[in-house]
Amino acid sequence: MEYFLTEQQQLIKSLARRIAEERILPVRAELDETEEFPWAIVKDMADADLFRIFIPEEYEGLGEGCFALCIAIEELARVCCGVALTYAADALGAMPILLYGSDEQKQKYLPDIASGAKLTAFGLTEPSAGSDAGAIKTTAVLDGDEYVLNGTKQFITNGGEAEIYTIIALTDPRKGSRGASAFIVDKGTPGFTFGKKEKKMGIRSTATRELVFHNCRVPRENLLSKEGLGFILTMKTLDSSRPGVGALAIGLAQGALEAAVAYARQRVQFGHPVSAIQAVQHLLANMAMELEAARALVYATAKTIDSGARNFTEEGAMAKVFATDMAMKVTTDAVQVFGGPGYMRDYPVEKMMRDAKINQIYEGTNQVLRNVIALELLKRKALRE
Amino acid sequence: MNFVVCIKQVPGTTDIKIDPETNTLVREGVPSVINPFDTYALEEGVRLKERCGGKVTAISMGPPQAEEALRETISLGIDEAILISDRAFAGSDTWATSYVLSKAITKIADYDLIICGRQTLDGDTGQVGPGLSEMLGVPFVAYVSKIEEIKEGYLKVQRMVEEGYETMEMSLPAVITVVKEINVPRLPSLRGSMKAKTAQIPVWTAEDISADTDKAGLTGSPTRVVKIFFPQRTHKSEMLQGSTELQVTQLMEKLEEII
Repeated sequence: MEYFLTEQQQLIKSLARRIAEERILPVRAELDETEEFPWAIVKDMADADLFRIFIPEEYEGLGEGCFALCIAIEELARVCCGVALTYAADALGAMPILLYGSDEQKQKYLPDIASGAKLTAFGLTEPSAGSDAGAIKTTAVLDGDEYVLNGTKQFITNGGEAEIYTIIALTDPRKGSRGASAFIVDKGTPGFTFGKKEKKMGIRSTATRELVFHNCRVPRENLLSKEGLGFILTMKTLDSSRPGVGALAIGLAQGALEAAVAYARQRVQFGHPVSAIQAVQHLLANMAMELEAARALVYATAKTIDSGARNFTEEGAMAKVFATDMAMKVTTDAVQVFGGPGYMRDYPVEKMMRDAKINQIYEGTNQVLRNVIALELLKRKALRE
Repeated sequence: MNFVVCIKQVPGTTDIKIDPETNTLVREGVPSVINPFDTYALEEGVRLKERCGGKVTAISMGPPQAEEALRETISLGIDEAILISDRAFAGSDTWATSYVLSKAITKIADYDLIICGRQTLDGDTGQVGPGLSEMLGVPFVAYVSKIEEIKEGYLKVQRMVEEGYETMEMSLPAVITVVKEINVPRLPSLRGSMKAKTAQIPVWTAEDISADTDKAGLTGSPTRVVKIFFPQRTHKSEMLQGSTELQVTQLMEKLEEII
């Protein structure tokens, strides 16, 4: 398919592919095994300016949008969804500052994010607040010129490794989600510590940790937007980041499809390569079709966002759900094409299948997002009546 | 401090062909790359500039198409790239090349350290670095694997020798050649790649660098390549057949015959 990339987008694509193939591929199995955070690769990505892509030019970025970011994520995920997620989660963590930060906040934080000197993380989920994000319990109480944060965040990607955190906490617990606010919290702030590092099924090179706030005092100027707007900020942030999850999924599926095609041509059974068997051919054909359809949807959504659309909740959810369901299916089928060897760690497809699963869960489970899509549909219909 | 890195564009393949008439490499139709050993020199130049400030310049003597390799150096963090190109330079051996490069560097004038790769992939001689230092009259160390200390007029390096490492001190300006152990070259950056697309690559001719054309090109090259040929394969190979046990038995017999 021809997606008419600009010269700069082509450059981003080819450079992200080089990093993926030259720096990530040689260590991806090791990273999966050791669950080590890929700092050396993060440095390579920073040196190559990948973190500048999604930051505006006035804050030392390249001023590219969602589409270019998706292209970079896709190329990284084609080789390793884990490393790609570390990158994508950094964009997610930067998003609240990009969307809602004051000029002072942007001046203070964005240049370091653009250079890759500092990673970011987004802290919303809590033990009792997953899909029900409105049920968060972390509180922020204004005391003089500081907010005092108390509570625990769970499953935070880049937790412990990132320097800059956007934390959602209740400034007015009586109002529920309407009493939520967003804060920028720097690593090292007294009272802010890290809890358990999770041991995961897939994306094992990523850091997923608890964030613990115990009387953590955050300067008042670190409040993002206004008190009470934390939940809206969260929803808008996730709307903007979901195409990135779609990009993780299409990259992952692309890698799985390529591996399956290569293996099918080389694996001989019944005296000929298994690629000559129609049952296998149909598997591969379905994988390719569904992947292309998902890619078209993710790209179209990203371009819609870049065009300046104001509301893209539905499109973002569709791109995320369709692409991640596709990736689960395609990676599972890739293991099927490999047969027994595909189940073993000697080949990359079992890791891809393990990596795929989380994409159906995080940033809104695919079930919750179907509710979101249906709600938008019904709202539109009701408005017309 | 100012750094100069000398690079060469070489065929990006091991499948080389030799023109039987002229005894030179056939370069037409072969993709070209920056000599792999030079990528370590470029990276070290950029790192030293990041460490000490100043400017890092890449130069290459070569045909007009070598501009492509120089443009690539900009994407890797090089500040300025200059192509040294003149028909009179064609066919230069390592002596003539060292002469031409030394004239170009003399024109640059303001330099502290010249960095070269240990050798090129095509010529494989490793002579241009030392030749350059001789013609410029500055100190030289080959096979540098680490820059230990650098300051105005002073350099301390570690270099690889057969059985280990040697630490050497010298005054600046100087010439060094580096080995691949010195660093891991970075990939191009997006900003650098965009800068590279529009960068001006000046071309300096013999006249620009005041080079005596009698000392350059074929006329200035004391080396004559008399003949280049592919060596005849003289060894025989034999594939052992049969089951693993049988092959092992056969192998043991063969080895015993030899011993």
